[in-house]
Amino acid sequence: MKNMMPDEISGEYREHTFKYHDNTERTVLITDIETPLPEGRLIVSRTDLNGVITEVNQSFIEMSAYHKDELIGQPHCILRHPDMPSAAFSDLWETVKKGDKWHGYVKNLRKDGGFYWVYATVIANVRKGEITGFTSVRRRASRSKICEAEALYKTLQ
Amino acid sequence: MPHNFTVSPDFNPGHISGWYIFNTWLQRAINEEIHLELYNSSDEQRKAIADDQIDLIYANPYDATVLVRDKGFTPIARADNKTDEAIIAVNHDSPIQNVEQLTAGTRISSTGDPDVRMMCMIMLEPAGLDKDNTVMAQRDAYILIAKDLLKNDADIGFFLEETYNELSEITKKQLRPIVQSQIHVIHHLLLAGPKLAHKKDEIQSSLLSMNDDPKGSGVLKSLSFESWSAVEQEEAEFMIDLMDTLAD
Repeated sequence: MKNMMPDEISGEYREHTFKYHDNTERTVLITDIETPLPEGRLIVSRTDLNGVITEVNQSFIEMSAYHKDELIGQPHCILRHPDMPSAAFSDLWETVKKGDKWHGYVKNLRKDGGFYWVYATVIANVRKGEITGFTSVRRRASRSKICEAEALYKTLQ
Repeated sequence: MPHNFTVSPDFNPGHISGWYIFNTWLQRAINEEIHLELYNSSDEQRKAIADDQIDLIYANPYDATVLVRDKGFTPIARADNKTDEAIIAVNHDSPIQNVEQLTAGTRISSTGDPDVRMMCMIMLEPAGLDKDNTVMAQRDAYILIAKDLLKNDADIGFFLEETYNELSEITKKQLRPIVQSQIHVIHHLLLAGPKLAHKKDEIQSSLLSMNDDPKGSGVLKSLSFESWSAVEQEEAEFMIDLMDTLAD
């Protein structure tokens, strides 16, 4: 995954570097600018078994601020915000790989360094008894639930 | 024995004759005897599905889940340019301008259409509302939802977008949408049951070529459809996965 570049960022930013299991790194640039998911919208995406994005809808594209061709083929963690604890994603993968449904409040990182909160649901796509990929649907969350999640995630960092 | 065909009860009552015309056209197109049975409510239709009385159905996305996954129905087609979207509306004079102004105790008027109800309940989540802190009244028709709002017997009403748009201009002037879903990927499906599965290709090709002759075009017009698109198993499965993520 490419590092985020200063010329793509809107407003003042700070840097954070993720270190991944395969020893690769990614530097992201984050701002405090929130873009709320408009009422009535659903963000939909699908990934393969490795979490690589295979399909996104228009709301996904608009909220992430990426172009579609910058998203397809990328790992879903292209949207990972440093404020999200890794424990939340470990729980997600453990849950969906068993074929169970996962729900949670997620702070996503936009291409422009801003963020948006969603209530996410992820399920396995089961075809003829085999998991072939995952579908994720994200919807607008209530402000009170976002505050609760924010407080919880600070304790898990 | 004729095969039984039914249509999800959320269709516009103005299209009843259109569905009978479609059924007559379809019988000739595939040379099968088909009886059209229209149910008054989702509950009645669901009982018929559970009793395996249905062989062909134009199903709402919610029922399509059960039909494909549990009853072995095969997807055939969907109407083009028709996605299932929902609207939450208020009385035009209501002080409510957006969902987040709604509070616990909100009175909801809704039909029993499960997909519309589910989409609208999701749109209430940002206000912290759910089935436990709202009061739901179930009505048999969308016009009764409008009446509840006009008489202030309900604070908000749940509508299928298409049905809301087809309310009379006088009624719509007295109502105001506060939120509208923009999901784009959920739609009704024409599904064949196991007893008609062998006719899938024939039905599908007949539907896709409806616009090629004047009779077929007339039938489409009577349903306010532009045309049909083929739906294969994976597309239906994707929509069902999506419905599954929403159903909790």
